[in-house]
Amino acid sequence: MPRGRMIAALMILPAGLFFLAFFVLPLVRLVIAGGEGPDGWAGYGVALADARHLTSLAETLILSIAVTAATLVLGGIPGLFLARNRFPGRAFLVSILTLPLAFPGVVVGFMVILLAGRQGMIGQVSQMLGGERIVFAYSMAGLFLGYVYFSIPRVVLTVMASAEKLDPQLEEAARSLGASPWRVFLDVILPGLRPALIAAGAVSFATSMGAFGTAFTLATRIDVLPMVIYTEFTLGVNLAAAAGLSLLLGAVTWAALALARQAAGAGVAAAG
Amino acid sequence: MARNSAKRSLGFWLQLGLTLAVSGFLGVPILQSMLAGVTRNIFTGVLKSGLTLDWVGQVLTLYWPAILLSIEIAIGCLAVTLLIGVPAAYGLARAPGRLARLAEEALVLPIAVPGLALALAMVIAYNGWGGFRQTAWFILAGHVLFTLPFMIRAVLAVMASSDLATLEEGAASLGAGFFRRFFDVVLPNCRSGILAGALTVVTLSIGEFNLTWLLHTPLTKTLPVGLADAYASLRLEIGSAYTLVFFVLIVPLLVALQMLGRPRRMKALPEDTV
Repeated sequence: MPRGRMIAALMILPAGLFFLAFFVLPLVRLVIAGGEGPDGWAGYGVALADARHLTSLAETLILSIAVTAATLVLGGIPGLFLARNRFPGRAFLVSILTLPLAFPGVVVGFMVILLAGRQGMIGQVSQMLGGERIVFAYSMAGLFLGYVYFSIPRVVLTVMASAEKLDPQLEEAARSLGASPWRVFLDVILPGLRPALIAAGAVSFATSMGAFGTAFTLATRIDVLPMVIYTEFTLGVNLAAAAGLSLLLGAVTWAALALARQAAGAGVAAAG
Repeated sequence: MARNSAKRSLGFWLQLGLTLAVSGFLGVPILQSMLAGVTRNIFTGVLKSGLTLDWVGQVLTLYWPAILLSIEIAIGCLAVTLLIGVPAAYGLARAPGRLARLAEEALVLPIAVPGLALALAMVIAYNGWGGFRQTAWFILAGHVLFTLPFMIRAVLAVMASSDLATLEEGAASLGAGFFRRFFDVVLPNCRSGILAGALTVVTLSIGEFNLTWLLHTPLTKTLPVGLADAYASLRLEIGSAYTLVFFVLIVPLLVALQMLGRPRRMKALPEDTV
């Protein structure tokens, strides 16, 4: 089938050329540009050893892990619940829970401002209850809220799809053998959902690591890695730092998503 | 799976409570922003100040070029991803062996890297290239880079599940040439994948910010770039009205995507017995 193979290659060619021109070439240029600073290639070492960068990396990692854990619980339970129960209003809840799926990071940031900003709902309620006006939108806590907001729809969808494929007979067998609902959950349902949870968790981790729009909307003072890259590039004009941290960030999100794909084999992305 | 509410356990109600709380967390700010966008003065409240479309009008006058540019880029992005993405998916589906899998892995790589990093690389690579970097074409290239993997994957998924090789062999044995087979057999059989890919591409392109923020120039602002601008500098009502305009554009696309996904998901549901 040499002819068939040639046709296949020709069909891939335009996309391949585009990929070379706008992904491979820019990435190579980025690597080279990072080594052209005053310190030369050593600039990468200097940038990656910088205390401020290391703190930012650590903070971003902790934030992303916290977001992942919170999202798996807050998205996983409703996802499982909605997949396993039928009741009036269910479809409506599913649409609300999946609606923010395609919100850009900036819009999510605005949602956080509406919830926890200066005129936000949380502040108004806390003031009405006689307390202080609670405002935390413009800090790491606000960012946490935003990333959880952003990641819940993905987890809900992934868990729902996976829960619907679980074999109900396994559960019935466990129940007929006298297992309590809690034991059925731990020993039958949770293991069945494991690939979906790993996949969804990896996606929300990668998204939280790389997201930029939400942090940009909330405050320029939140020093998560993408914000540091942005300020190093635009204000510091420190190409070695911007390039080095970008490559590091890309490697981390790529690794997380590769793990997700191995677990689920589904189409996953680091949007936001 | 108790269907009778009398039989529902405490666990059911606890889970329902959490589901409602999470839905509120996601839904209330959406509702709030939509309401604030049509409220005369948000500080005195909807009831006292009344409703108005003034803010929406202001947003449309202030940001019409940005909104229009986003729609144009989304359409351009759709055209390019269809033109190069669908054939690529076909090539990947038909080519056997490790090389094709490797090509597939490479082509979907851009969605595994944060948009900010992609944009940074593009800006550095194309900075000296005369006018290209200043035009909307540069943004279009970024959007295609980011959305192409979604098109390829959506189409590839459908191609993998339908037995394309047999269908094509059948057509070939009847004397159909390659183009005949591609347009009359392959494309019609992948319609659902192409549609899902197209909706995803347009939705993502209209909302794209992470790449666009670095790629845009003062003359090539897109809708989300304008949003960031409005949130930072204008009053809450205008930010809300702008968000409302964005929702009006994006929600029909999302609903269409959900409806497209539903029949398949329903089939995967276990029969609702017990």
